Amino acid sequence: MEEKRYDKLGMRLWRGELENGLRVYVDVRPGYGKQFAFFATRYGGLDTRFQTQAGWQDTPAGVAHFLEHKLFDTKDGNALQIMAANGADPNAFTSFDITGYFFQCTQGFEENLRTLLGFVTEPYFTPESVAKEQGIIGQEIAMGDDEADTEVFYDLLGCLYAHHPIRTHIAGTQASIAQITPQTLYTCHGAFYNPANMVLTVVGDVDPERVMAIAREVVTAPGTGDPARDYGPAEPVQAVTHSSRRTMAVSAPLFQLGFKLPAPGKGPDRLRARLIGNLAGELLAGDSSPLYAQLYEAGLITRNFAYGYEDYPGCAFFALGGESRDPQAVEAKVLAECARLAAEGFDAARFQRIKKAAYGGMVGQLNSFEDTAVELAQADLNGIEYLTFPEVFRSITADEVREFIRAWFTEAQSALAVIGPGGGEG
Amino acid sequence: MNVTRETLAPGVALTAIQTDKFKSASLTVTFLTPLRRETASANALVPYVLRRGCRRWPTMGEVSVRLEELYGGAMEPLVGKIGETQSLGLVGSFLDDAYTLEGEAVLEQASELMAALLLEPVTEDGVFRREYVDGERENLVQNIRSQMNDKRSYALLRLTQEMCRGEAYGVDRLGDQDSAAALTPQSAWEAYEALLASAQVELYYCGSADPQRVRGALGTLVEGLRAKRRGAPEKLTCQVAPHAAQGGPREVVERMEVTQGKLTMGFRTGGASVWAETYPALLVFNALYGGTATSKLFLNVREKLSLCYYASSAVEAAKGILMVSSGVEFDKMAQAQEEILAQLEAVKAGGFTDADLTSARQAVVSRYRGTLDSRAQLEYYWLSAAVTGRDETPEALIARLEQVTAQDVVAVARGLELDTIYRLMGKEG
Repeated sequence: MEEKRYDKLGMRLWRGELENGLRVYVDVRPGYGKQFAFFATRYGGLDTRFQTQAGWQDTPAGVAHFLEHKLFDTKDGNALQIMAANGADPNAFTSFDITGYFFQCTQGFEENLRTLLGFVTEPYFTPESVAKEQGIIGQEIAMGDDEADTEVFYDLLGCLYAHHPIRTHIAGTQASIAQITPQTLYTCHGAFYNPANMVLTVVGDVDPERVMAIAREVVTAPGTGDPARDYGPAEPVQAVTHSSRRTMAVSAPLFQLGFKLPAPGKGPDRLRARLIGNLAGELLAGDSSPLYAQLYEAGLITRNFAYGYEDYPGCAFFALGGESRDPQAVEAKVLAECARLAAEGFDAARFQRIKKAAYGGMVGQLNSFEDTAVELAQADLNGIEYLTFPEVFRSITADEVREFIRAWFTEAQSALAVIGPGGGEG
Repeated sequence: MNVTRETLAPGVALTAIQTDKFKSASLTVTFLTPLRRETASANALVPYVLRRGCRRWPTMGEVSVRLEELYGGAMEPLVGKIGETQSLGLVGSFLDDAYTLEGEAVLEQASELMAALLLEPVTEDGVFRREYVDGERENLVQNIRSQMNDKRSYALLRLTQEMCRGEAYGVDRLGDQDSAAALTPQSAWEAYEALLASAQVELYYCGSADPQRVRGALGTLVEGLRAKRRGAPEKLTCQVAPHAAQGGPREVVERMEVTQGKLTMGFRTGGASVWAETYPALLVFNALYGGTATSKLFLNVREKLSLCYYASSAVEAAKGILMVSSGVEFDKMAQAQEEILAQLEAVKAGGFTDADLTSARQAVVSRYRGTLDSRAQLEYYWLSAAVTGRDETPEALIARLEQVTAQDVVAVARGLELDTIYRLMGKEG
C-alpha cells in the first residue's frame, strides 16, 4: 500500500488496490479506541436499467435497497447477529448512487471486517426470505409515505426532471417491490457487487497492511468492471415544471425550492463544480447572507431552513427548503436575490469569509469516522481525490462563483414544491 | 484524554476535556433548571432570543459574519430535557486552533462571542427587544405545532405526555403552545434573569487547549455570571415513580390522515434508574429487549413476523421509564402488541441465551467506548452526569456493565410494569 500525507488536515491515508480491482483506503488515527469500516458498491436507486453480458436489464424500482436488506442473510444465519455478537454495531444504507455496508466496533475488528467483506460478496436468497422482506420494506415505504419532508423533496425532483430516475423513490413502491424475486437479486448482485465496482474504507488505529491482507483473503471474486447504465433520454436543460402543491397531515406548509444544474463532469471537475455550487449556495442563502436575514426577520422561514448542492450521475441540483407560512413569498425573494447577486456581485471580503467558513465545515466533518469513511468511498467511486479539497478551495475565484450564479440560479432553472396542511390535521 | 471538573464561581462549574483527537473544539454554556409547566416555554424562548444578537453584534447577520470569521463556527441555541431537568444554553463549535489556515487562536474569540451573546443582549426599555421576542415566539409556537410532522417521534412525545400527565416529566422541553403564544418581552426577560440568578450553570470545553488556558478564556463570562448569581442554585430533582398506576394500562388513541399506524407503549421500570444499583442491568436489558438490531423485538416483531419496519425500545434512565415504539399497519396493531408483550414475558422467564446476553452487553459497552471518540456524545454524557449529580466516568460505567449477569437482566425485566399505550391511527383505521 502507499501512504499519502495531507499535512494541512493532519491526516495519513493509505491506499491499495487488489488485483481484481477493489480499492482499499485506510485513514490511520492513532490513539482512538474505535474502528469504522465501510464497504460500498457503485449501485443505488438510480440504477434500474443496466447492461450485462446477457444484454440490457430492466429491473423494478427499489432493488438496490431491497438487496441491501437481503444481503445480511447468510447460509448460516444473519450477519447482523454475527457481527453484533462479536461486539460490532453494523448497518447499511442505499442512496441514489451507492449502497454501503458498515460497522463500528471497539474490539474484534479483524473478525468483524472478515464478516463484513464476506456477507456482502456472498449472496444467499430464498423465495421465503424475499417474501418476508416484502412485508418489512412495505412498512418502511408506508412510513416514508407519511414523511412530508421527504415527500416534498421528491415532489421537487419530479418538477425539475423529465425522465431521470432521480424522480423515483430509492426504496421503490409497494407495487414495484412486489415484482422482486431471488433471481432479480442475483442478477443485480452479479452485475454490481464485483470488486472492480467497489471500495473499502477503514478509519481507526489499525494496521493498513492487515486490512489489505484480509481484503485479499476474503474478496476473491473476479472484477468485471463498471456496468453500463441507462438514465433515460437527455434531460432538458431547464426545469420541466415550475411548481407542485398538495396536502398532508402537517402543521404548516413545507417547501423545497430547487435549481436544476448541469450534470456533473468526472473526477476533479466534479469536485470543483461541487465546491463552487456550495459556495454559491452559501452566498445566496447562508446564515450570513442578506437573504437569510430578510427571510428570517420577516418570519418567512424558521431555524429548520436548510439548503445544499447535490450531484449524481447525470444530474445535479441545488435545493433549499424548510417550513414557511408563505412559500411563494420565499420563492419571490430568493429569485430577486439571485438576480441581484448576478447583477451586482458580492464583495471580496465576504467571499473570503464564506470560503473560510465552508473550508472549516469540511475539515470539521472529518472528525466523524462515519462521514470520513463515506466521503472517501463516494469520492473514489466517482473518481475524486477527496482530501485535495483545501487546494481546490484555494483556487476557486469570486468571478467563477458569480458566473455560476448568473447562469444557473435563474427562474427558468427553478421549481417550487409545497406540501401544505389540510390532510386532516388534529 | 484529560478530564477536569471544577467550580469557577458559586453554581458555575467547568468540565474541561483536553484532547488532540478532534479537529473541532466545543465550548458550551448550559443552564440547568427544574422542568415546570409554568416556566418551560419562557425558558425555551431565551436561548433563541439571545442568539438573535448582542450589543456588539446586534443582528443575526452580524453574528453570522463573526462566526464565519471563526472558520464557520457555530453557536446554536440549546433547549433540552434530561429527566425532569430542562437544559438551556448555547452550544459552540469551532475549528481547533491546530487547523486554522494562519494558526490563529479561535478559543478566546469564541469565548468572547459567547459571553457577549449571553450577558449583553439587545434591550429596549430594560427588557429584550420586542422584534426579537415576537419573531422567536412565533417560531416557538410553530416548532411546537410541527412536532406532529414526524409521526414516529410525535407518537413517543404524546405517549410521554399521556403517561406522565401529572408529573414534571410530562412537560415537553419546549413547553406548551398556549404558554408559548402568551410570551412577552417582559416575561421572557424575567425568565432570563431567573436563569442567570439561580439555575445551575455548566460550562463545557473539549479541545486541544489546557484547562488553564480555558479558564483564562472564560474569565469574562464567569465574572459576568458571578455578578448575576443570587444565592445557591436551585436543586435539581426527579421523581421516579416505580410502579404503573392501578387499574391500567391506560389506552389512548389519536386519529390523523396517515397511511401507517404507530404503536407506543410506556413502562415503569420498578425503580431501576440512573441512580439505582441496577442502572447497568437496565441498559443491558434494554439492548437485549429492543435496543439493538439483534434484540428480541427486532428479531421477532420485525424479522420473524415481518409486521413492521421498526420495533424498538428506548430507556430514559434519568426518569425510570422505558418506551417501546413501532410502526405497523392498522389491522396488525393488536398482533404486534401481543408479540411485544410476549417477548417481554420471555425475557422475564429467562428465555435468552448466553450469546444473546453477551451481544447485548457488548452493544452497550461498545457504545460507551465509542463515546470517548465522539465529541458530541462525550458532551452529552458529561451534561447528563451533571444533571443527575454523578461523576462516574464512561470507563467506570463500562466496568460495571461488564459485570451484568443474566439474573440481573431478568430482575430488571420482572420489575417492568406497563403503564400506558398510545396509538396513532388513520382516519378510517
